[in-house]
Amino acid sequence: MTEKIALDVPFMEVSGELCKGCQLCLAVCPKSVIAISDKLNSASYHPAFYTGADCTGCGLCFYACPEPGAIRVVKP
Amino acid sequence: MKTFEKSNSFYQVFERKSGPAKEATHYCPGCGHGNVHKMIAESMEELDLTKRTVFVSPVGCSVFGYYYFDCGNFQAAHGRAAAVGTAIKRTNPDAIVISYQGDGDLAAIGTAETIHAANRGENITVFFVNNAIYGMTGGQMAPTTMIGQRSATTPLGRKEDIHGNPIRMAEMLATLPAPTYIERVAIGNSKHIMKARKAIKKALRIQAEGKGYSFVEIVSACPTGWKMDPVNARDWLVNDMLKVFPLGVFKDESDNQDEDAWKRHFEPFDKAKVDVYLDRMKSAVGEIEPTVLPEDLNCKFAGFGGQGILTLGLFLSQIGMRGGHHVSWFPAYGPEMRGGTANCSVNLSSERIGTPLVDHPNVLVVMNQPSLELFEKDVVDGGTIILDSTVVEGTPDTKRLNAVMIPASDIADEVGTPKVANVVILGALVAATDAFTPEFCESTLRAIIKKKSLIDMNIEAFRRGYDFVKKA
Ligand SMILES: Cc1ncc(C[n+]2csc(CCOP(=O)(O)OP(=O)(O)O)c2C)c(N)n1
Ligand code: SF4
Ligand code: SF4
Ligand code: SF4
Ligand SMILES: [Mg+2]
Repeated sequence: MTEKIALDVPFMEVSGELCKGCQLCLAVCPKSVIAISDKLNSASYHPAFYTGADCTGCGLCFYACPEPGAIRVVKP
Repeated sequence: MKTFEKSNSFYQVFERKSGPAKEATHYCPGCGHGNVHKMIAESMEELDLTKRTVFVSPVGCSVFGYYYFDCGNFQAAHGRAAAVGTAIKRTNPDAIVISYQGDGDLAAIGTAETIHAANRGENITVFFVNNAIYGMTGGQMAPTTMIGQRSATTPLGRKEDIHGNPIRMAEMLATLPAPTYIERVAIGNSKHIMKARKAIKKALRIQAEGKGYSFVEIVSACPTGWKMDPVNARDWLVNDMLKVFPLGVFKDESDNQDEDAWKRHFEPFDKAKVDVYLDRMKSAVGEIEPTVLPEDLNCKFAGFGGQGILTLGLFLSQIGMRGGHHVSWFPAYGPEMRGGTANCSVNLSSERIGTPLVDHPNVLVVMNQPSLELFEKDVVDGGTIILDSTVVEGTPDTKRLNAVMIPASDIADEVGTPKVANVVILGALVAATDAFTPEFCESTLRAIIKKKSLIDMNIEAFRRGYDFVKKA
């Protein structure tokens, strides 16, 4: 699910199997750089994914997400 | 570089889950419990408290907290987390104790424990996840359910005149003198969450510094119970719930407290001390001299309060104790100090006693009329029934039972006072059961009767009862 991304800019990634598709991360992202996949994961949720650019590494999506392991944000 | 990722205070793998997503929680999509868990784990890790923490999971959707937090864990009965937390803290004062509770758990079934732990100022941290519903059981009304909110048990919406108003626990607890820190936060939007993180961390720090009771109410979301999608649920939380549950600090004494001001030191359990106490109890009956019981005694003594029924039971128990037997003494009496009915159950056994209750005695003592009708039928076949024929009329079933009818009160009066009728009965009981020698009983009575001037009268009463049976 995760796109290839450059390591010297901030990015977020979603662990597609742990995501429950609640969309709370989408709702809080100030840059609107998270989207929902058309595909289902094995738990039958449409997981979120990073659209690939312009994440500022603010971490808001991380705290909005209820799943401990679903989101990782890196701000170099 | 800054990375936001799963805290190390969580287990890597959540063993509860089956299937592929073994690192996912069991919570519904958009459930607030997950957000709160993340904030707690983060604070535990940042304050370096994980190894010292004992997390008490409640009954409710968060019952499986122990599958997530990689610290010490307990799971309390419904509503009892604060009481369990108290016990953990008092026996392990260096532990960081988290009592994590839902609104049904903390504000309904556990209201008493909640209030009294706060009122004692236990040096623990309570995280109260208020989602305005019983999530786990399928969305019934909670004490915090909003007016108008539909739930499984308020299908037409909660009504003030029928169901009362939503309870504001933070405000209520803040009226108590003992708590150090009480704040209400929320997880409705990012601003709320950032504040909630600070409050959770502060609460844990207060406990770690021994500064007393900390309570953080977190207004949370239950999309499933509310029948909303997760994003709408957060909006409803912000727009509706916060009107009833305003955010803020309701009490904060943390800056006025000395470190460890609320750290209570308790002596650990010391077997030697307990043994000294037990030995002192035993020494009151004199030197133990093991005797042989012909059979176990399961006795019921019944009469009016004031007749010495309970003392009769105590004397027999103490004689049994001195004879090296297992004994139990279990009194039951009405609210009247004098004149009401009283009975007591006494077991003397060569083996450990499972229950102090005696439903089917093999020895029944009857010292008033009603007790004869009440208890005679319960005596086992071939059992002994002793009645004070001065005060009780009628004859028990002598075919089925070994009956001793003794004018105990008259005899006692002759000895000096009707008050020793119970000891006359004791003499008759020992004679009828051959449980002990009279000399053994008399030397025990000498040791246990506190008032020395009464000893001879009691020995005389015992003898008269004993001889009445033996010489009959
Ligand atoms: C002694 C007892 N009574 C009732 C229940 C049923 N019960 C289980 S969870 C619960 C309410 C949970 O509500 P809450 O504390 O708000 O937790 P939530 O699931 O909303 O997080 C009840 C009544 C129980 N398990 N044990
Ligand atoms: S870290 Fe901030 S900018 Fe980046 S995806 Fe998350 S919310 Fe959006
Ligand atoms: S908030 Fe978490 S669980 Fe919900 S959609 Fe985003 S990544 Fe998935
Ligand atoms: S029922 Fe409500 S509280 Fe329970 S897991 Fe689901 S969303 Fe969370
Ligand atoms: Mg609840």
